Amino acid sequence: MAAFSPTQVTLNTAKPTEGAGAPLIASEGVNLHYGATQALKNISLTIGERHVTAFIGPSGCGKSTFLRCFNRMNDLIDSVRITGSIKIGGQDIYSPDVDVIELRKRIGMVFQRSNPFPKSIYDNITYGLKLHGMTAKSELDATVEQSLRGAALWDEVKDRLHTSALGLSGGQQQRLCIARAIAIKPEILLMDEPASALDPIATAKIEELILELKREFTIVIVTHNMQQAARISDQTAFFYLGELIEFDTTAKIFTNPSKKQTEDYVTGRFG
Amino acid sequence: MTNTPANAKRTVGWMGIHRGHKARPVEWLAEKFIFLVSLTAILMVFLIFVFVAREALPLVLGQMNSAAARPAIPAKDMDKLKPAELQEYLGLTPAEFKGLDKEALQALMEVREEEAKEAPKDKDAKVNTTEWKYLFGAHEWSDSRPEDRHVWQPIGRIHKYNLWPLIIGSLKTTLVALLFSVPLALAAAIYVSQLSSPSLKEWLKPAIEMLSGVPSVVLGFFGLIVMATFLQSVFGYQSRLNAFVAGIALGLAVIPVVFSIAEDALTSVPRSYTQAALALGASKWQAAWQIVLPAAAPGVFAAVVLGFGRAIGETMVVLMASGNASIMSWSLFDSTRSITATIAAELAEAVFGGHHYRMLFLIGAMLFIVTFLTNLAGDLIMHRLKGRLEGKAK
Repeated sequence: MAAFSPTQVTLNTAKPTEGAGAPLIASEGVNLHYGATQALKNISLTIGERHVTAFIGPSGCGKSTFLRCFNRMNDLIDSVRITGSIKIGGQDIYSPDVDVIELRKRIGMVFQRSNPFPKSIYDNITYGLKLHGMTAKSELDATVEQSLRGAALWDEVKDRLHTSALGLSGGQQQRLCIARAIAIKPEILLMDEPASALDPIATAKIEELILELKREFTIVIVTHNMQQAARISDQTAFFYLGELIEFDTTAKIFTNPSKKQTEDYVTGRFG
Repeated sequence: MTNTPANAKRTVGWMGIHRGHKARPVEWLAEKFIFLVSLTAILMVFLIFVFVAREALPLVLGQMNSAAARPAIPAKDMDKLKPAELQEYLGLTPAEFKGLDKEALQALMEVREEEAKEAPKDKDAKVNTTEWKYLFGAHEWSDSRPEDRHVWQPIGRIHKYNLWPLIIGSLKTTLVALLFSVPLALAAAIYVSQLSSPSLKEWLKPAIEMLSGVPSVVLGFFGLIVMATFLQSVFGYQSRLNAFVAGIALGLAVIPVVFSIAEDALTSVPRSYTQAALALGASKWQAAWQIVLPAAAPGVFAAVVLGFGRAIGETMVVLMASGNASIMSWSLFDSTRSITATIAAELAEAVFGGHHYRMLFLIGAMLFIVTFLTNLAGDLIMHRLKGRLEGKAK
């Protein structure tokens, strides 16, 4: 088997969107403890607007945990303690007067395992819209179509919008989850290994979609798949054992990393 | 052969794969035993129903006669009757008839003649009150108020077996119990499974389930002594013991049943649904109410059906707290009597094999059928709901 070398990676050559890259999310000295174990150690990084930022690293390195800090999904776990600061658009999201619900309404999330609600395809998408106070039928219909088209799912499901979402295939379910997340027009889209349970064709569709979505959304994606990170992201952060080892442009991480650990990981020597 | 462990019991060649169940005799035996046990359960339910229905059968077939005054044939005319006619006239089974000699039969006929002479002369004395039209239809009885009434009054000169007072009594208490307990139990289940902190859940759940450990006679006692007085002073109704009090006490018995099953159903809804809803900006409450509850609908529905079964089948609480008067009334604040309480209270006094005895078995069988049909319908609806959630059924 040929050794995996950095030069074999297809890099993302799509041009960044006009005006993209202005700092949007800034974390400083973030530490996160689950009870007695420390899962994140002093993480500081800045994520640019309308960039795709990939978090890579071996299992258990804290990349998903860090992702969940941005929409405060870690709040749901009782024993979690977070120190340091995360600012989005200059606002500290861990300040005590933050309304978590308002925050989450502006940050979409796609999970590792597709998790459509056991409702119809239509209701899956309108659920978030209704939470946002959209009630007019015509408006709802238009947004459903628009977001399904956005998630490249419209043609496959337009004739069965009112059947259960659980009747869709795995890849379709995940694209439905993406459609559900983008329907509410979030400013940031968090994706936690969105393609890890999918076959290559579905994965390719989702990757295309991410490159498409990047024009409008700031995307942070956690992935196990390094080629995927290389193909779709502008910036890449490499995590190892709860620490941020290296954070740089994707091209640099995959062709000329400055840390030995990063090089070992992206060339497949461990992890 | 080099790869085979030295002591492995492996036959040469592939013949060994034919050993079938002989390879694991203990597992095979255990499986068969468990199968038999589960079969026995089904058999027991069936046998119970057969027994109950058999005791009620003569009533259903119209073979019983509860009339106080029946026409008598003079004892001296005994020889004119055929044996079969004589047996029917005296209401004996063939075995009993065979066991009696001529003198005994003669004596029985004289007793019958005597009875007929002393029998009341009014119009209702000749009525067979076990006929269907008296079981379900109103009738103007000669020994009570002059109007068409539904009366259950098995003791007395005329045995009145109208079933409506009991059916309504059971329905009233069950309705109150469900209206009281289902909302409470479901709210508790939603709170414990979705909203409470894990540490609170750890003692809330066992505490609520402990209610099911309270013996129903104790619940009945509590309802009879404490709740009856308290509720009367709050609502100010007239009869201290009534369907309302019994229903509330019964509700206490139903709460843990509904809670326990509903809580399980809600907890088993994948956490990923809640997470998806929260990530979309739903509050914890919205996620629980709009996403988790509909997803758990089949299980929650099953919980309510089982709660209904518990409520309509519960005896002791109703017997003690309902006031036990078989009054035909839709008011919740009148004393009432349920089917179950009637069976419990009257079976010991009923003459073995008599019409009263058989009537009690008849209402028992009716109760059995009602709960069976409810469970069956509940099961069908549950499968429908499940299918709809999984995107199978239309």
